[in-house]
Amino acid sequence: MDLRYPIALLFVVLGAILTVFGVMTGSDTAMYERSAGININLAWGVVMIVFGAIMYGLAALARRRQSA
Amino acid sequence: MTQLTTIDYVVMAIYFVVVLGIGWALRRMMRTSSDFFLSGRSLPPWVTGLAFLSANLGAQEVIGMGASGAKYGLATSHFYWIGAIPAMVFVGIFMMPFYYGSKARSVPEYLKLRFDEKTRTFNAFGFAAMTIFSSGVSMYAMGKLLNLLLGWDFDTSILVSAAIVLAYVTLGGLTSAIYNEVLQFFMIVFGFAPLVWVGLKQVGGWDGMTSKLAAAATQRGLPEYAYTNVWQGMGSATTNSIGIEWFGMVMGLGFVLSFGYWCTDFLVVQRAMAADSMTAARRTPLIAAVPKMFFPFLVIVPGMIALAMGDNIIPAKLTAAGTPLLDTNGNVVLDYDLATPMMLVKLFPTGMLGLGLTALIASFMSGMAGNVTAFNTVWTYDIYQAHIRTQASDEHYLWMGRMATVGGIALSVAAAYVAGAFNNIMEFLQLVFAFVNAPLFATFALGMFWKRSTGHGAFWGLFAGTVAPAIHHGISLANGATPGVKGGFFGVMLTYPSEMAQTFWTAVAAFTTCFVVTILVSLATTPRQDAELEGLVYSLTPTPQDNVKAWYEKPSVFALVVLAAMVLLNVLFF
Repeated sequence: MDLRYPIALLFVVLGAILTVFGVMTGSDTAMYERSAGININLAWGVVMIVFGAIMYGLAALARRRQSA
Repeated sequence: MTQLTTIDYVVMAIYFVVVLGIGWALRRMMRTSSDFFLSGRSLPPWVTGLAFLSANLGAQEVIGMGASGAKYGLATSHFYWIGAIPAMVFVGIFMMPFYYGSKARSVPEYLKLRFDEKTRTFNAFGFAAMTIFSSGVSMYAMGKLLNLLLGWDFDTSILVSAAIVLAYVTLGGLTSAIYNEVLQFFMIVFGFAPLVWVGLKQVGGWDGMTSKLAAAATQRGLPEYAYTNVWQGMGSATTNSIGIEWFGMVMGLGFVLSFGYWCTDFLVVQRAMAADSMTAARRTPLIAAVPKMFFPFLVIVPGMIALAMGDNIIPAKLTAAGTPLLDTNGNVVLDYDLATPMMLVKLFPTGMLGLGLTALIASFMSGMAGNVTAFNTVWTYDIYQAHIRTQASDEHYLWMGRMATVGGIALSVAAAYVAGAFNNIMEFLQLVFAFVNAPLFATFALGMFWKRSTGHGAFWGLFAGTVAPAIHHGISLANGATPGVKGGFFGVMLTYPSEMAQTFWTAVAAFTTCFVVTILVSLATTPRQDAELEGLVYSLTPTPQDNVKAWYEKPSVFALVVLAAMVLLNVLFF
């Protein structure tokens, strides 16, 4: 199996959870004081979703090339 | 003690479900022993390359390098640059054609093909014991850390992590271990990168960190560049943070220890042997070298930030009575091993904390699974098939591989409890295994590049190369250490400025002895016929043809780019 699919799945799911949690807690400034004032859950959640999408794209591209 | 919330546990649970899911999805593909132990030699180089790196990313690496970052600063990068990259390039370009081309199923089996059975057996038993021990120490460190950090029960932490590794390795064999190592690689990158980002923001960026570290160095009587430069001050052991001069560093770490590990340790070489072609196998360590070069910024810098932040981020070591441990001058001894975990706890809010701790646990499990898969292969092929049941069916060896996985995990758990009960014994064993590992590169280098070397030469060279460092350790001691496990048990005849200097020179003694004894005994014994050594020795093997379309796709070109990048990093942080 192409390992990029489970990697994409894991990162999109974890990224989505962190993003939603980051949006829900965005107004809690005390919570993000420790991370230098950055809403790190939201910021990093989005980064993880993008990475997961890239991995999915690479896997789909490889499959298309193989079947061509 | 830190309290995790539901979101943190959800992040951890999802990760473990995917890890087990990979093992479950691969279980139907394990039809032969070759599938189970060698992944059927079918994996692409980007997978084997990242696994080659990740198998080495165990707990000692992530926690230990963060600790060294807090203790020695950026000079710890020597372990990633001169202490890794040249050896990774060498194994990819010059040694992989023999490992992969000889069709050996393990590194000890190569020794059997090149030399003889006794040399293979000597190496196989030493390696099997070392993997169990390493896996056990990794488990012990994880159980202790999770207990200290989160209040989790030590027994539960060990048994649950062992059960997860057992499940996915037994189901999916080496492929499952390699796939999960790649997954763990990405988890470690994504778990620690935001820690560096937030940490640097807290201390005023890279410039803010270096100015704070300059002040810390001056305060400790070191030159102000001691924590932020890698080569400056290496002219003398007293003018740098790690207490060793450049020649000892280059010979001990850059040559003997790094080539001994990256070029001969089956734990990492096994990943390359699972690649789908000779070119892919040669590219494997080169692909691994690229992220390896940049890992100091992921695992060492958090320790440096912890040192720069001050604020009592790094806690004191505690005595049995729970009071801070003091050194001979009455200063508090810091527990540097907690630098990275404490950074996670102090800088990450709920949510990200779950991700960071999952990355930490992933690193523990990655090291454990790597050791167990190497153990089950060496046990089945080099001990069981070679000495116990030589003529069984392939199905039987596949079954034995699964049983060896169960046995390996059980022995690792036992080793973890031994580590908890007898801390000094484990320190001593670690020392013994260092003696076993140090001379190995001399044996392999002579075996692959000198056709005159013989089985008797290799065996007695290895034996002498194991005894010599024990003697050297017994007559040497680092400044400030007391005779015992730290050395000097035969009487102190040599004194070194630091324990690291003593370790590096002990390795040099091991290599030199093994090299000289192998040559002398080989010259006194009869070599094998040239025809028997084709494919095993450089001068008798055709140059491997790479199946690439353009010159820039060749492994040798890739290797030059990797070496140039390493030199550039050393110049930038000179």
